[in-house]
Amino acid sequence: MLTVHVEADDAPWVDGNALAGPLGEIMGTDLTVAELTCAGCRTTRPLAAMRVFDRAPGLVARCPGCEDVVMRVVRMTGRVLVDVRGSLIVSLPVPTA
Amino acid sequence: MAVITRGFGGRRRDDADLPPGQYRTDDFPVLSAGPTPRIDLDEWEFAVVTETGERSTWSWAEFTALPADEPTVDIHCVTRWSKFGTSWRGVSVDTLLADVDTAAEYVVAHSYGGYTTNIPLEGLLDGQAWVAYEFDGEPLAPVHGGPARLLVPHLYFWKSAKWLRALELRLDDEPGFWETAGYHNDGDPWREQRYLED
Repeated sequence: MLTVHVEADDAPWVDGNALAGPLGEIMGTDLTVAELTCAGCRTTRPLAAMRVFDRAPGLVARCPGCEDVVMRVVRMTGRVLVDVRGSLIVSLPVPTA
Repeated sequence: MAVITRGFGGRRRDDADLPPGQYRTDDFPVLSAGPTPRIDLDEWEFAVVTETGERSTWSWAEFTALPADEPTVDIHCVTRWSKFGTSWRGVSVDTLLADVDTAAEYVVAHSYGGYTTNIPLEGLLDGQAWVAYEFDGEPLAPVHGGPARLLVPHLYFWKSAKWLRALELRLDDEPGFWETAGYHNDGDPWREQRYLED
């Protein structure tokens, strides 16, 4: 995991690979290869390319282009909530046999 | 105005003063769901907007000229840290709404940067909430919500919106950023209302 935003007094973020663990745990697949189309700027990028703010009550993935939220992941007591209202499309590669 | 919080009175604070599931920290952790907005004070504006669309606005000079309180309060983050005896300077929501004509029962706090959180109006009145612009005698740092943030210490701290831009008064409840992502609508730490399912 690479922390790329290092301004000393700003909120740090990590790349979208930070979502691999929590999403893989509940879905059993590597979702960082998913591609998301940002509802804000309509740009499509791999989830791994999103900026994830992880020092928060949940994981908040933002588009690196327009900074809009494309995904939120919150671990509740017995469930994990994945909110994708900030993404128009989520596409996944078909698994190879 | 000094606000004396639960258990504050010179005795040593201990775990009995913590809401359930919390631990004490003397640090001030920074949590943020996005980049820290930078707002020039000469461009900063704070607004109260009623359910009829009537707007009351304050520039930075106007806002900081309002009568201010200096509350000392405990704060409780839903990520389980609590910090005792934090000292702030800010304008009470009672003062901000003193001349506002409204029938609203709910408030949505709007932040620079797009964050929102919802609170019943009665939870912000009677000396329970402030718009704070100093922490520990210093201007509130941007990472902690400066120039000004909401301060609602009786609720989990996600309700104390950083970088406050407006309070929207509403007749109906409108869940905010975390309230639409699995967190409890009310967020009372003493009732441990963390998640929707709690």
